[in-house]
Amino acid sequence: MKIPRFSRKTLCVPYAVFLLFFVIIPMLIILFYAFTDKEMHPSFSNFIRFFSDPTKLSTIVYSLVIALITTVACLVIAYPVAYILARSTLKKKFVILMLFVLPMWINFVLRVNAIRELFNLLTSLNGMEWLAGANYFKTVFGMVYDFLPFMILPLYTTMLKIDNSLYEASADLGGNAFTTFTRITVPLSMPGIMSGVTMVFLPSMTNYVVSDMLGNAKVTIIGKFIYEYFGTDWHMGSMVALVLLIVVFVSTWLSGGFKSEENVRGTNL
Amino acid sequence: MKRHPVLVKCLKAAFVGLVLLLLYTPILLLAIYSFDETDLIGRFEGFSLRHYAALFSNRKVLGMIGNTFLLAFVAAALSTVLGTAGAIGMFYSKKRIKGAVHAVSQIPVINAEIVTALALCITFVAVGIGKSYFTLVIGHMVICTPFVVLSVIPKLKQMDNSLYEAALDLGASPFKALMSVVVISGFMLAVTLSLDDYIVTVYTRPSGFETISTYVYNATTKGNAHTAETLSSFWALTTIIFVVILLFVIISNLTGRKKEAKQ
Repeated sequence: MKIPRFSRKTLCVPYAVFLLFFVIIPMLIILFYAFTDKEMHPSFSNFIRFFSDPTKLSTIVYSLVIALITTVACLVIAYPVAYILARSTLKKKFVILMLFVLPMWINFVLRVNAIRELFNLLTSLNGMEWLAGANYFKTVFGMVYDFLPFMILPLYTTMLKIDNSLYEASADLGGNAFTTFTRITVPLSMPGIMSGVTMVFLPSMTNYVVSDMLGNAKVTIIGKFIYEYFGTDWHMGSMVALVLLIVVFVSTWLSGGFKSEENVRGTNL
Repeated sequence: MKRHPVLVKCLKAAFVGLVLLLLYTPILLLAIYSFDETDLIGRFEGFSLRHYAALFSNRKVLGMIGNTFLLAFVAAALSTVLGTAGAIGMFYSKKRIKGAVHAVSQIPVINAEIVTALALCITFVAVGIGKSYFTLVIGHMVICTPFVVLSVIPKLKQMDNSLYEAALDLGASPFKALMSVVVISGFMLAVTLSLDDYIVTVYTRPSGFETISTYVYNATTKGNAHTAETLSSFWALTTIIFVVILLFVIISNLTGRKKEAKQ
């Protein structure tokens, strides 16, 4: 008797159905809500209201600036760390990398709370009273702290792939350290930079947990907008979500498509 | 050009050390003061396990810890099954189908979590499904499963196709062995993602359901903590989680090395 082997392809069906119901349809519903008014009639009023409100536009600019500073700060800190670790000849460098990833596994909100307590302590010290009002500084600091591993990991994995002989070739051909860095290290680690930048930029524009807990509720970012419309005006909330969605797709498309995301979050450690 | 190798090495080590110090200062600060008598950080009055006692005697806090871990376990288990099956199915599907499923699967990965959360929430309401444990688990599965898929696919590529056939013929034990490795890493990833989540939880949970994330957020921003005692019991919680993770990493490193040595 022959037992029919079921096709492995069919294993895909449940996941495809799941994606259809809980990813594609929700996105379409967002699109629908964004362009309807409260009576469910088609309308552009949300669109017009969104782009004609000066406080909203200024919040978006603030939010972009915060995200930009956070991303640059993460890159400036993470790049040397990843470079040093990737080029290190230490046998135990994997352990040091783990030390950078480890805090990421503590609950996110508890981690932000830890920084909050640190700032509370620092504020109580003499000469540090200015920290009490430095809401933007504290928010950015918290974001850099929280998102740093997302930058280090993809950078490290791409740098590890750079062949050592390339560095030797550069040196043999008379390239100094600076030339080697700009002509070899930076171009070849570009995929890692792109992947890290997208993984840091987006959450720092939308993750309002950090700005709420560290910014004394004085710092509003785009993500908080959606929360504020939650339950009161879903149509407007959907419009903001749609704008964010477009930003995400454009930036992913610009940075070279959907790839090497598996390097983040420590998937391949 | 003359360089000083020792000096460069020291500078490198100092930089890496400094960043690590920055990363661990807040956590170590909480760890130290979690053993202090007072509810104030900055003055150490004497050793005490008061905060740990407070943590383990507060039923609300214990409840939300239990909720968090149970939810993570359920969501991760379902995500692992769905994601592993999906990845295998995709791997053997035609290029067009594979590409389409993969592209849609990437949406929750690159999308802002709040957009995913809002979209799900509006969908549930529009369809008339009330918020329940079911919607919460679905929400967590949406953010976890694509990562499971991403972690399984590279391992499938490493696995030889004929191996699968052979394994099936021989009673599937090597296949099982390979799968267990694949499944464990995907499952662990899903657990960490679910444990960490705040935003999707807020938008899909039934009323009154609290996880560590939502509880701590509310306690610190809205002053729902009632007492300084609750706030300082979070120090104890952070310390316990940190120690557990540390032990987990050390143990898995040691056992990993043993396996390598055997081979």
